[in-house]
Amino acid sequence: MTKTRRNLILNCASLVVLFGILWLFQEYGTEYQIRILNNIAVFITLAVSYNLVNGICGQLHLGPNAFITIGAYTSALLTMSPTEKQMSFIIKPLIWPLSVIQVPFWISLIMAGTVATVFAFFISFPVFRVRGDYLAIVTLGFGEVVRVLCNALQSVTNGPLGLKGLKPYTNLWWSWSIAIFTIIVIQRLINSSWGRAMKAIRENEIAAQAMGVDPFKHLMMAFLISAFFSGVAGGLLAHLITTISPTLFTFFLTFNLLIIIVVGGLGSTTGAVIGATLFAWGGEALRVVESPMDIGPIHIPGIPGMRMVLFSVILMVVIIFARRGITGRNEFSWDWLLGKLSFGSR
Amino acid sequence: MKGIRWFKILSVLMALCACFVSPAFAEDVIKIGAYLPMTGAVAAYGQMEWNGLQIAHEMRPKALGKEIKLVLVDTKSDKIEAANAVSRLIEKEKVVAIIGEAISGNTMAGNPISEAAKIPSVSPTATNPLVTQGKKYAFRACFIDPFQGQVAARFARDHLKAKKAAVIIDIAQDYCVGLANFFVKEFVKLGGQVVSTTYIQTGDQDFTAQLSAVQAANPDIIYAPNYYTEDALMAKQARDLGINVPILTGDGAQADELIKIGGKAVENMYFTAHFHKKAATTELAKEYIKKFEAKYKKEADAFGALAADAYFLLVDAIERAGSTDGTKIRDALASTKNFQGVSGVITMGENGNPIKSVVINKVEDGKFVYVTTVNP
Amino acid sequence: MTTKIFLQQLSNGISLGSLYGLVAIGYTMVYGILRLINFAHGDLLMVAAYTAIYGITLFSLPWYVSFPLAIIITGIIGILLDKCAYKPLRDAPRISLLISAIGASFLLENLALVIIGGVPKAFPRPEVFAKVIEIGGIRIQMLTIYTPIITLILLFGLLYIVFHTKVGKAMRAASVDFETTRLMGIDLDRIIAFTFLLGSSLAAAGGVMWAMKYPQVNPFMGVIPGLKAFIAAVLGGIGNIVGAVLGGFLLGLGEILLVAFMPEMAQYRDAFAFAILILVLLFRPTGIMGEPLVDKT
Repeated sequence: MTKTRRNLILNCASLVVLFGILWLFQEYGTEYQIRILNNIAVFITLAVSYNLVNGICGQLHLGPNAFITIGAYTSALLTMSPTEKQMSFIIKPLIWPLSVIQVPFWISLIMAGTVATVFAFFISFPVFRVRGDYLAIVTLGFGEVVRVLCNALQSVTNGPLGLKGLKPYTNLWWSWSIAIFTIIVIQRLINSSWGRAMKAIRENEIAAQAMGVDPFKHLMMAFLISAFFSGVAGGLLAHLITTISPTLFTFFLTFNLLIIIVVGGLGSTTGAVIGATLFAWGGEALRVVESPMDIGPIHIPGIPGMRMVLFSVILMVVIIFARRGITGRNEFSWDWLLGKLSFGSR
Repeated sequence: MKGIRWFKILSVLMALCACFVSPAFAEDVIKIGAYLPMTGAVAAYGQMEWNGLQIAHEMRPKALGKEIKLVLVDTKSDKIEAANAVSRLIEKEKVVAIIGEAISGNTMAGNPISEAAKIPSVSPTATNPLVTQGKKYAFRACFIDPFQGQVAARFARDHLKAKKAAVIIDIAQDYCVGLANFFVKEFVKLGGQVVSTTYIQTGDQDFTAQLSAVQAANPDIIYAPNYYTEDALMAKQARDLGINVPILTGDGAQADELIKIGGKAVENMYFTAHFHKKAATTELAKEYIKKFEAKYKKEADAFGALAADAYFLLVDAIERAGSTDGTKIRDALASTKNFQGVSGVITMGENGNPIKSVVINKVEDGKFVYVTTVNP
Repeated sequence: MTTKIFLQQLSNGISLGSLYGLVAIGYTMVYGILRLINFAHGDLLMVAAYTAIYGITLFSLPWYVSFPLAIIITGIIGILLDKCAYKPLRDAPRISLLISAIGASFLLENLALVIIGGVPKAFPRPEVFAKVIEIGGIRIQMLTIYTPIITLILLFGLLYIVFHTKVGKAMRAASVDFETTRLMGIDLDRIIAFTFLLGSSLAAAGGVMWAMKYPQVNPFMGVIPGLKAFIAAVLGGIGNIVGAVLGGFLLGLGEILLVAFMPEMAQYRDAFAFAILILVLLFRPTGIMGEPLVDKT
């Protein structure tokens, strides 16, 4: 049996196992568990696509919240029923074509990704004119500009009142299928000649250019693909929490994503997946520190806010002691796992 | 593989936390969940409401002869967390009813979940009309924006005899945008004129540019239905610039900090509110205000009072329902009539929105002074 | 718009701009040496403001003792910040450093939230600064006059330290080439600690004046000024001290005048700061006074 064939079989088998587990949760799990699993999947999609620009291309891009916002609003406006829209837009009515359109969920997701990609295309010209920290601040700027526009354009976004009453279309199947699809597409891209060129740009842009790699073309490619999946994930997120408003998409969302991919291991898709899982699940697990506790005879009253203090401390400790994140730049591979297993059995 | 080792240690630690430290647990209690922003951008509101809730809980710790346990869950002022929080309260803590959230956007993220689980929820301060719209199990203790905006407009026209109004809107808050828009509609309908509309944003600290525009328009009144932090700073800068027309604002301004921060500048600031110490007619209000002032050594604020009312409404409904069944509590809640709450006499109207009278207060000599009451 | 209102706005803009500039200096100095965007820098404003409040209310110190004390304490906290969050990461990838900075910023905010609480506190304004005077029909607060003056004094003091003392020479050397400076026998850790001390103290001075100008203090008060100051620093060319102050003035003036001339545009104020920035960077990719960027990693 060749290695490729073995890996293919193992991949398929693990997919079956994953969906088996998801099915079990769908059937027997509580709504709370399902919600966390959905959050994990959405954050995996966001982190993996974000990692493409930051980790693989090495550009400090701080504006994924722009794409998520655009995706979320596009998708939400397309799936809401005209009556729901009419009821929600109590200050200024929604502008015409949007007020009557209603499309199925999957079309709205594709549109979410597409609109985000188109936006990414237009901003990629100013963005990739600069590099390094200047690129960081420009992308951060675009993220803020989009949020400000969402607040101001009341006849499109309902301003700060936000949109509500979205149908909870996002379920385990949607969120995890998209997460896995994102991982596969981005992994294939990374392992293609495009991906190698992107890594070359990360390591040394001038050298890469000398070798005939067009930095702008490759960076834009990564940027657009990242934007597409971020947009789709935004649509998923909107239909998971069923209401959106501009406050959801501040630069804190970007910071959270950045924390996820750096703690996971910058430049590693595996790291992004682990980081996203830890973030979405860990935030809930840490809640125990805020509830009143009885450890033996000692009673500790709950201190609200301790969770965030502990989160910051853990974050700093992890980054100081594991400065390349949990996985570093390594990827998960079956060879590695089997090697570990056979070592253990020997 | 240093990283991997750390990851292992971390996950073992987390598992330890989850296994060995079990939350305090007592049998035979009624659990009421509260999901509030204790951290994050609007932590101040969450913390104020939690203060009020604790007083309310001390005042009435029992229902149906059983002890009530309040379970607080933080939302980090975030929608995703708010949804998680409600889900957690229902599934893990098995609460019978829910209080929260402090702001409308997060309440709209929490409501669909409690709605699906048939658990009644009462938000203390989510004023956006959309919050309870079309929801059977969602209630609130506060006014909705259209009502408060209209009352403010009527007060400005009839009582303050204002013809020209300048409106200053905090664009980042749905509460302020809502109030201002309904104020403008009603004010124009009553024959007034809006001479200037300017925008600020939560967290902004410099309003001199907007205020100069207001000054140039020469209004009779400034309607600035924003939260007390912005209002206090704005009033200060307005007076520094020499703008001396009355400022009218909403219930978000009723906090001791308004006077502490604003000082002399907030003198003669009017606001639509739920209650005033002097005009407090209900026994509950008197007791609440006394306890609040004894414990926190400051004036009772609207946030805490409304949170307390959310709690009292629920306890009252549980008593009347004689059960902790979600649907029964909901029906009792919906049929609440003339409930003598902290923030006034409450009758539950359509859509889970309370009908209650508006009190208009103003600041005089560094104190909140009662002006008048407007009945619905 | 009359000249009177214009002059009024101009003075407001200069005062706001000088505050941005003061905070931006700290950003730019740390960046110059460590190539680190110190996201926790803005939170030092908050630390300074709270320290000053407690100095006055809890220990009933007069303001002229409490304010300098707050500035010194914040400077020391700045050094501690470097020791705990950044020093262990000296040779780590820059992005790890950035995450550590974000973590430190979260930690400061949430500690304040847990210990002090999220409800804003009033900042006591000394009469000297709060007084309003009228010059030719324009009402100006004394603070508005003092702020740019203090900023300029501090700026010249700083420029003296950087360009005319030994320690300043070492700082400049470190910002050009870290390794070579170390080889020259200069104790870089001390130089960096000194940089943090200077930057944090300036942020603290900015914080105290900010709190006097906008007298409410809450755990998140540093976020927006911090972000704006960062924009100012980039606008001026990050790493350049004079550029940072210039960027601050430009941003403050621009923001105020935009709202003054077009009040209906006020809702786009935050977008405006970034729009200026993006435009400037389009034509000068390293800011107004920036030199071409040399990546040090």
